Amino acid sequence: MINRSLEWFGDLGSFSWKVICAAVTRPFELREIIRQFDEIGSKSFPLVALAGAAIGTVLALESRSSLARFGAKSMLPAAIVFSIIHEMGPIVTGLVVAGRVGAGIGAELGSMKVTEQIDAIEASAVNPYKLLVFTRVLACIVVLPLLTLVTDFFGLFAGWVAVALSDPISLHRFLDKGFSGVSFSDFLAPTFRTCAFGLIIGLVACFQGMRTRGGTEGVGRSATSSVVLSSLFVILADVILVKLILIFFP
Amino acid sequence: MNNSIAEADLDSIRAGPVPGEPVLVLRDVHKSFGAEYVLNGISLTVARGETLAVLGRSGTGKSVLLKLIIGLETMDSGSICIQGQEIAGLALNGMNRLRIKMGFLFQNAALYDSLTVEQNVAFPLERHTKMSASERNARVKELLSSVGMEQDLKKLPSDISGGMQKRVGLARALALRPEILLLDEPTAGLDPITSGEIDDLVLKLQNEHALTSIVVTHDLQSAKTIADSVALLDKGKVVMEGTFKELSESNDDLVREFFKRDS
Repeated sequence: MINRSLEWFGDLGSFSWKVICAAVTRPFELREIIRQFDEIGSKSFPLVALAGAAIGTVLALESRSSLARFGAKSMLPAAIVFSIIHEMGPIVTGLVVAGRVGAGIGAELGSMKVTEQIDAIEASAVNPYKLLVFTRVLACIVVLPLLTLVTDFFGLFAGWVAVALSDPISLHRFLDKGFSGVSFSDFLAPTFRTCAFGLIIGLVACFQGMRTRGGTEGVGRSATSSVVLSSLFVILADVILVKLILIFFP
Repeated sequence: MNNSIAEADLDSIRAGPVPGEPVLVLRDVHKSFGAEYVLNGISLTVARGETLAVLGRSGTGKSVLLKLIIGLETMDSGSICIQGQEIAGLALNGMNRLRIKMGFLFQNAALYDSLTVEQNVAFPLERHTKMSASERNARVKELLSSVGMEQDLKKLPSDISGGMQKRVGLARALALRPEILLLDEPTAGLDPITSGEIDDLVLKLQNEHALTSIVVTHDLQSAKTIADSVALLDKGKVVMEGTFKELSESNDDLVREFFKRDS
C-alpha cells in the first residue's frame, strides 16, 4: 500500500514535469485553451451558482437560530458574509468542480487512452501533454477563482433573501453590515487559494485519465478515482492553505 | 463505392521487390514489459519503396514493433535507424520531426471521436502546415476522395462503419505526405470484400505516393496482395524473411504451420 502510494506520487511528479516542459514551448494551443475555459468554466456556472445559493440559504437559517440564542442576531449578515467568502465559497466551488470537471476529464482522457486516440495524437507529432493536459490544467487554475466569485455572489444573495424573509432588511443594509468588518485581504487570499484547487483538480484528473488501462471498466475507474482523489486533495490543500493564509494575512 | 483494381494492374504495380537504399533498419531490438519479453532481438531492413509485411500469431510483438518505430514505446536495447537517424535517445523535437515523415494507421483507426471525418484528416495539417483554410479544405477533400470517403465529411467516427473508419484513418495517415507508412492490421475485423477493398486502396496509395511501408497483419491474403517481402515473427524473433512465395514454400515447421491455413 505504501509502496503503491509512493509510486503514484512519483508517477504524478514525472507527469507534472512533462506538463511543465510542454507548457513552456510553442505552440500554446490558444484555441484549445479557450474551448476548455468554456467547457470547464461556463458549463460549471449553473452548478456552482446553485451550490452557492444553497449554502447561503442554509447558513442564514442555521446561523440565525444560533446567534439568536446568544443575543447576537444583529451579527447575522457579518457571519454569513465572513463564512461564505472565507471558507464556504472556495471549498464548495472546489468540491463541486472536482465532481463535475474531475469526472469529465478522467472519463474523456481515459476513453481517449483506451481507444489509442492519445497515441494517435502523439504519432501525429503533437504533444498530448500540451494539447490535452496543459490546456485543461490552465483552464482549471484560471476558472476556479472566477467560479468562486459566482458561488460567493449567489451565496450572499440567497443568504440575504433567507434573512429578509424572516427579518425584513434591504440588500444595501445587509451588505453594508456584512462587509463592515471585512478587509480586501479577507476576500483576496481565500478566493485566490482556489487557483491551487484548480491545479489539483486539473492535474489529478488528467493524470488518472492518461494512465487508464482496461477498457470501459478502466475508464469508469479513472472517472471515479479522479473525483475521489481530487476532492480529497482539495480538502487537504484547504487545511494547509487556510493555515498559511492565517500566518501571512493575520 | 468500389476501389478495386484490376488483377493485371495489381501485377504491374507489384512487379517484385523495389530496389533502393535502406530507409528503416532495425538491429537486435529487444523490448519487454516487466518480466515478459515481447521482442527478443529483432533485426529487419526495409528499403525505399519496399512494403514489408510482418506476420505472426497474436502476442508476438508485431504491434509493439510499429510502436517502437514511431516512438510510442521505447526499446530496451538495440537500434532503430529511420532514414539514417538513430531514434534511441532522440529528444522529443527530433522524434517529432521523424514522425512527420511517417503515417500510422492504428488497428482500430483511432479516429478522434469528438471530431468529424473532415476534422480528423485536417488535424495534422492544422498542426504542421501553414496552409490557408481553403487550401486545407481542398487537401482534406482530395485525401478523402482518394479513399472514397468524400461523401461523409461531416459525419462523426461513430456514425461510420469499421471499414470506413480505416479509410479515414488511412487518409489521416497520408495527410502530411509521409515517406513511410506503418499499418497495424489494416484489414482486421473486416469482411473479405471490405478487406480486399482496403488492400487495393493501400496498394494504390503506396504506388501513387512511392511509400515505404511496414504492414502488420494476420491476413495472409492481404500480405500476399500488398507486400514485397514478408517477415514471420514468433516468440519475439524473426523466424523467416523473404518473399511471400518463399515463405509459403518453406519447409520450416513453424512457417508451414502458419501458412497451412492459406493453402
